[in-house]
Amino acid sequence: MFFCSAQIHFVLLISRQGKVRLTKWYSPYAQKERSKVIRELSGMILSRGPKLCNFVEWRGYKVVYKRYASLFFCMCIDQDDNELEVLEIIHHFVEILDRYFGSVCELDLIFNFHKAYYILDEILIAGELQESSKKTVARLIAAQDSLVETAKEEASSISNIIAQATK
Amino acid sequence: MNPFSSGTRLRDMIRAIRACKTAAEERAVVRKECAAIRAAINENDNDYRHRNLAKLMFIHMLGYPTHFGQMECLKLIASPGFPEKRIGYLGLMLLLDERQEVLMLVTNSLKQDLNHINQYIVGLALCALGNICSAEMARDLAPEVERLLQFRDPNIRKKAALCSIRIIKKVPDLAENFINPATSLLREKHHGVLITGVQLCTDLCKISTEALEHIRKKCTEGLVRTLKDLANSPYSPEYDIAGITDPFLHIRLLKLLRVLGEGDADASDAMNDILAQVATKTESNKVAGNAILYECVQTIMSIEDNGGLRVLAINILGRFLSNRDNNIRYVALNMLMKAVTADAQAVQRHRSTILECVKDSDASIRKRALELVYVLVNETNVKPLAKELIDYLEVSDLDFRGDLTAKICSIVAKFSPEKIWYIDQMLKVLSEAGNFVRDEVWHALVVVISNASELHGYTVRSLYRAFQTSAEQETLVRVTVWCIGEYGDFLVNNVGMLDIEDPITVTESDAVDVVEIAIKRHASDLTTKAMALVALLKLSSRFPSCSERIKEIIVQFKGSLVLELQQRAIEFNSVISKHQNIRSTLVERMPVLDEATFIGRRAGSLPSAASTTTAPSVNLPNGVAKPVAPLVDLLDLSSDDAPAPSSSGGDLLHDLLGVDLSPASQSGAGQSSKKGTDVLLDLLSIGSPADQGNSSAVDILSSNSSNKAPDSSLDDLSSISLSSRTTSNAAPMMDLLDGFAPSPPQTENNGPVYPSITAFESSSLRLTFNFSKEPGNPQATVIQATFMNLSSNTYTDFVFQAAVPKFLQLHLDPASSNTLPASGDGSITQSLKVTNSQHGKKSIVMRIRIAYKINGKDTLEEGQINNFPRDL
Repeated sequence: MFFCSAQIHFVLLISRQGKVRLTKWYSPYAQKERSKVIRELSGMILSRGPKLCNFVEWRGYKVVYKRYASLFFCMCIDQDDNELEVLEIIHHFVEILDRYFGSVCELDLIFNFHKAYYILDEILIAGELQESSKKTVARLIAAQDSLVETAKEEASSISNIIAQATK
Repeated sequence: MNPFSSGTRLRDMIRAIRACKTAAEERAVVRKECAAIRAAINENDNDYRHRNLAKLMFIHMLGYPTHFGQMECLKLIASPGFPEKRIGYLGLMLLLDERQEVLMLVTNSLKQDLNHINQYIVGLALCALGNICSAEMARDLAPEVERLLQFRDPNIRKKAALCSIRIIKKVPDLAENFINPATSLLREKHHGVLITGVQLCTDLCKISTEALEHIRKKCTEGLVRTLKDLANSPYSPEYDIAGITDPFLHIRLLKLLRVLGEGDADASDAMNDILAQVATKTESNKVAGNAILYECVQTIMSIEDNGGLRVLAINILGRFLSNRDNNIRYVALNMLMKAVTADAQAVQRHRSTILECVKDSDASIRKRALELVYVLVNETNVKPLAKELIDYLEVSDLDFRGDLTAKICSIVAKFSPEKIWYIDQMLKVLSEAGNFVRDEVWHALVVVISNASELHGYTVRSLYRAFQTSAEQETLVRVTVWCIGEYGDFLVNNVGMLDIEDPITVTESDAVDVVEIAIKRHASDLTTKAMALVALLKLSSRFPSCSERIKEIIVQFKGSLVLELQQRAIEFNSVISKHQNIRSTLVERMPVLDEATFIGRRAGSLPSAASTTTAPSVNLPNGVAKPVAPLVDLLDLSSDDAPAPSSSGGDLLHDLLGVDLSPASQSGAGQSSKKGTDVLLDLLSIGSPADQGNSSAVDILSSNSSNKAPDSSLDDLSSISLSSRTTSNAAPMMDLLDGFAPSPPQTENNGPVYPSITAFESSSLRLTFNFSKEPGNPQATVIQATFMNLSSNTYTDFVFQAAVPKFLQLHLDPASSNTLPASGDGSITQSLKVTNSQHGKKSIVMRIRIAYKINGKDTLEEGQINNFPRDL
């Protein structure tokens, strides 16, 4: 309908204390607007009771959220998108994180936040789903991680020498 | 090596930040880290650039400014190694958004990386492009992306497909280049490519009719076959979710089929079988299965009618509605809302279940259910439904009451079978939730009461009773005070007793008590107090026995700190003590308010709205945004600042007091009071619909004498010691006279009248829409958009864009200017023409985007407009 709207407008991970653990914006929001959105939504979502439905209506959009342990995974979609499917996409993401970190917890996502982003980038692009196979995502991430490792090993032999020389 | 750059490791920084006990400590740690990173940036340090950027991203997530790191992303992207590029692209997507100019600098690196021999680097570039690409980048890089749709590795093809979606959304002209490569993706076996390919085709169809025709003709059969194979596929562990193979692919296929089937009988026919199979065979005990069913129902409801399938779909929704899972009930309500237009009868069958959902403990479900109930109401079921809703009002959550009250009022007003029922229901709402009732609602109630002459006694007695229990509801108090002022004698003498009423004994002093409580109550606002003061003046004449007491109350307000109250108190006191001879005529009962006029008035300031060229100064400051203004006008309290009169419903009541006072003063001065009333009523009807407005407006113009009458009454007014009234009445007179010149041409060709709306409002900008219809073409609506700058900065390069769903056609005329002066000191107008192909079935919705510059800085505001009048 709108010329630059994505299916998923943004992804947010918020801790129960309201701390932001991951944000990804697929539709244009100015930096200032982003913090406003986060404030508004965490207020709305964190205060909802446990038995209620996983959808909140907000500024003419819908936010689908689901709580896993201490983290709330939120995705914002259009009014007429399929909320149930987005719930399933959230679960897809969580399962892949879980496989990658080995029973993922909030601390994993804090210290390895960049890894969480890399994984998300293999699942969603432009707010659209990219891959429905968890195995494929895991394989692609592993391949890229090993590229980084190889580069590090090559570099470390040189940088060790430099480091020792400058100490 | 520079002493800062080695710094702390990312992990240590995160630990240090987490160890902070206060926000101030955290700020100190972040400040120190940022200083080190800045220093490293200045040194152009290479070794730790990627670590510094990772730190910046973490700091960014905490909400601190990190713009100084943007260039570092570009440097990392430009470096040759995969690890640097990976973190660089991540930083680019995180720290920048598509509107930043810096982004343009990355186009060249992206182009190189899209052609890189390492496919993972190509993947990184595609991902970044897909997430943040701007229109210019889209144009520059579209050929690369198009080529990558045929790349050997499927993981690149799928990324390129999603990237293409972003590109064609940014630059729809490019869509046709993608049609052929996109359709060839539909033949793939790899699920990732298939999912993204189907998605790309769906978006192509939405953007280009050429693509839609092509894909419909060439691919419908293949897609049906793909869905069939998928639905019947054996267990495959890689894609299995809750016993279903790849629900994501299911859903995307159903979505594309919906787009293809909409409005095309052949395509719809081709997919009937598979839709029936999916609707009947899909397991519905898990989220994944329900998600597919939900999508399938949407597709069935959208494609060309097939009775059997629709019944199947509505039955699925009925099952959803009785599901114990809140999520499922929520989507059922959501979907039934859309099904109402297709099959209202079938939805009505679920009415009682839906009504139960209004009382759910979940706010999201309540809201959906309420909206659904609202569209289900009709003449036959309004009584039980309204009763249920009003009963529920009593126990509803406070934050839900506003919505609920508004909907009840609207239902009751729209479908009420008789006046007494309407009044009864409104009194119930006012007593339960009077504080949530909007001004125009109780204004409307007052108009109806005024018109129901046989119910005056009944109403004032009911209000008196309600006041005894619910005196804390502001709007109830206002209506009660107004009615007691007007019909106090009916209350005391039990005039017009109905059979259903219990007789009550109210003395004159009891009635005055009510008004006294209202005026002295601490919580009463200015409007209520002012209304009470007027009521007291009226009662002083109606209840001679209480005259002295009333005078005492009024005298107390001679010292009021609120100028208006003080001034009125002095005036009224002088009327009571010095002008006994004219008092009774002065406070005569108001003439019956003309309902048609009121509706016309509510529909907005038609004459002035349609004539922005002739009277912009009157038109502009008007509007809904000043809630107090109409009320103040209503009591004619605006003597000192005489604001430009507001055009909404309150205005009518404003005039009411004008009507009320001027005949009296005229008769006091020995004129025929009837003439004065007529003239003023005529004046009022300028804003009414054509059938009424025509004659009266012409009347006014054709006879000079009637134009003069109000003027002379004005003189009379000032001569009878109400001296300050001159200034206050001057404003409405201006208003009425201003309305003259432009009104006749407009009123003549007006069809139905639509209220103007405030389509968009932010702290800095307001957008008002006025509507008119072209005669003989009910589908087309001409919208006059008026933009107002509420800030103190001038806006330049002002551009307004709008988008509408497919059943609407939109045509925008050029705007009157692209510069918007500060502080409402002028406006931009632009007219839009909307053609609604579903006229009468769907109402207009619109998304808007407004871009402008403040002191050369780009600003963007967006919004969705859902409050169009329903029947446009």
